[in-house]
Amino acid sequence: MKQADFTILENKKLTENVRLLYLQGDTSGITRPGQFVNLKLEGRFLRRPLSVCDREDGRLTLIYKITGAGTGQLSLLPAGTKLDLLTGLGNGYDLREAGTDPLVIGGGVGIPPLYYLTRELIAAGRKVTAVLGFNTAGEIFYTDEFRSLGANVLVTTADGSYGIRGFVTDALPGLDYSVYYACGPEPMLKAVWQKAKGPGQLSFEERMGCGFGACMGCTCRTVTGYKRICKEGPVLRKEEILWNA
Amino acid sequence: MERLNVSLCGIELDNPVIPASGTFGYGHEFAELYDIDLLGTFSFKGTTLLPRFGNETPRIAEAQAGMLNAVGLQNPGVEAVIAEELPKLKTCFHKPVMANVSGFSVEEYAAVCKKLDKEPQVGWLEVNISCPNVHGGGMSFGTDPAQAAAVTRAVKTVTSKPVIMKLSPNVTDIVSVAKACEEAGADGISLINTLLSMRIDLRTRRPVLANVTGGLSGPAVFPVALRMVWQVARAVSVPVVGLGGVSSAEDVIEMMLAGACAVEIGAANLRDPWICKKIIEELPAVMDRLGINNLRDIIGGAR
Repeated sequence: MKQADFTILENKKLTENVRLLYLQGDTSGITRPGQFVNLKLEGRFLRRPLSVCDREDGRLTLIYKITGAGTGQLSLLPAGTKLDLLTGLGNGYDLREAGTDPLVIGGGVGIPPLYYLTRELIAAGRKVTAVLGFNTAGEIFYTDEFRSLGANVLVTTADGSYGIRGFVTDALPGLDYSVYYACGPEPMLKAVWQKAKGPGQLSFEERMGCGFGACMGCTCRTVTGYKRICKEGPVLRKEEILWNA
Repeated sequence: MERLNVSLCGIELDNPVIPASGTFGYGHEFAELYDIDLLGTFSFKGTTLLPRFGNETPRIAEAQAGMLNAVGLQNPGVEAVIAEELPKLKTCFHKPVMANVSGFSVEEYAAVCKKLDKEPQVGWLEVNISCPNVHGGGMSFGTDPAQAAAVTRAVKTVTSKPVIMKLSPNVTDIVSVAKACEEAGADGISLINTLLSMRIDLRTRRPVLANVTGGLSGPAVFPVALRMVWQVARAVSVPVVGLGGVSSAEDVIEMMLAGACAVEIGAANLRDPWICKKIIEELPAVMDRLGINNLRDIIGGAR
């Protein structure tokens, strides 16, 4: 973990409720796709954990959904605003087991961390298929960016207004892949866990206190014992996941 | 830095800054960030006789200038703490540590303290009789002077280490509980634990915390904590450790003026993991500005 002060370069609207935050600052603390940052907001006691959509030296991209007062406040911050971030939090995805043709599966605001992952996988010479799920055509974001990386992109919408009608799991039949990497809301992750074949890594979300393993606020049960979503997670392996009743 | 030295139950501290239990784990997450030997000491994660998962999630909610937690005393149990955490701690912390103990019966408190009494690095036993999160648990001990005294007596018979009773603010008369602990042999009092609280999600109309209620901490509770430290420090003659919303060097000094001989810092560690280091570094300049030569001179100095 590394603390760094960032400056907002851009805070732009992608869809009605989704924003892209482009930041300048020290990204050296971020070492793997699937990690997150924890962002301090003026007047809010708890930091906001946001997954890393992309990083390069000195530049950080975050994509977030306005879900409450904190992210609403964040959406109003203009370029030039300074932000205090804890960076490089969580374990991230393990790319060593990607195989030749990995599949990434993302739902809604779970999609952003898969962008950085896809970029790294393609840079490592893997052939990536991305299944990106949304509720409706108006909520689609970042699919073209995945295509620009060279991924084979399949889009699903729950209402059928674009691409494949249904959920991300409806795009899985017929796909061949070496391993899957997933991020999205818990019901989606559970459906993927049930239906996707082969080895998988799934990224979870939980309300956090600290984001770096101190407060035990985000602990979950796994086959291999209690794990902190912020520290041993947010990425868990398929075989260690225990679903809440 | 002799100006910052204080004494707590006969053990000298380089400074009065003590990360509070539940916000600092067993130390190593923070040892990766800075040299934790610069702390006065720290109070480790509340430890029970058996391993505990704690409450279901969500365990965390936010409030104006603070947060709620309902972690529910997740910990690996005293045997694992002794076998795994304390040996690891020895490699990154070279001072006496404050062992925070919780229990669900007088016997459990005594059993945990008896085991920790044999650990050379444990300097103090801080006995949490106030955690508001566990159903049928610690709450009853801390809200009844007779029960608080019973725990104190039971713990004192199994240890020769200083026993600090950590009090709950969720009472009508904090002084009566503090006095009961002192009369039962407590070597010190720490206060306050978190304030019983809750939040409701407006969209789902359900409580945010899976446990429904949780403990409020952070700057929001500082004035309440300060008032209780003031009341207790005037009523007992044993050392008082002040905590509750302390977030700055100024807050540390204010707590000490109210009567605290040392100060614990809790929720602030979660927002800024370097906060204790910063406070220790900032104290001398703040003392200069306020005309304070030595911190030990200002304890209970408010009139």
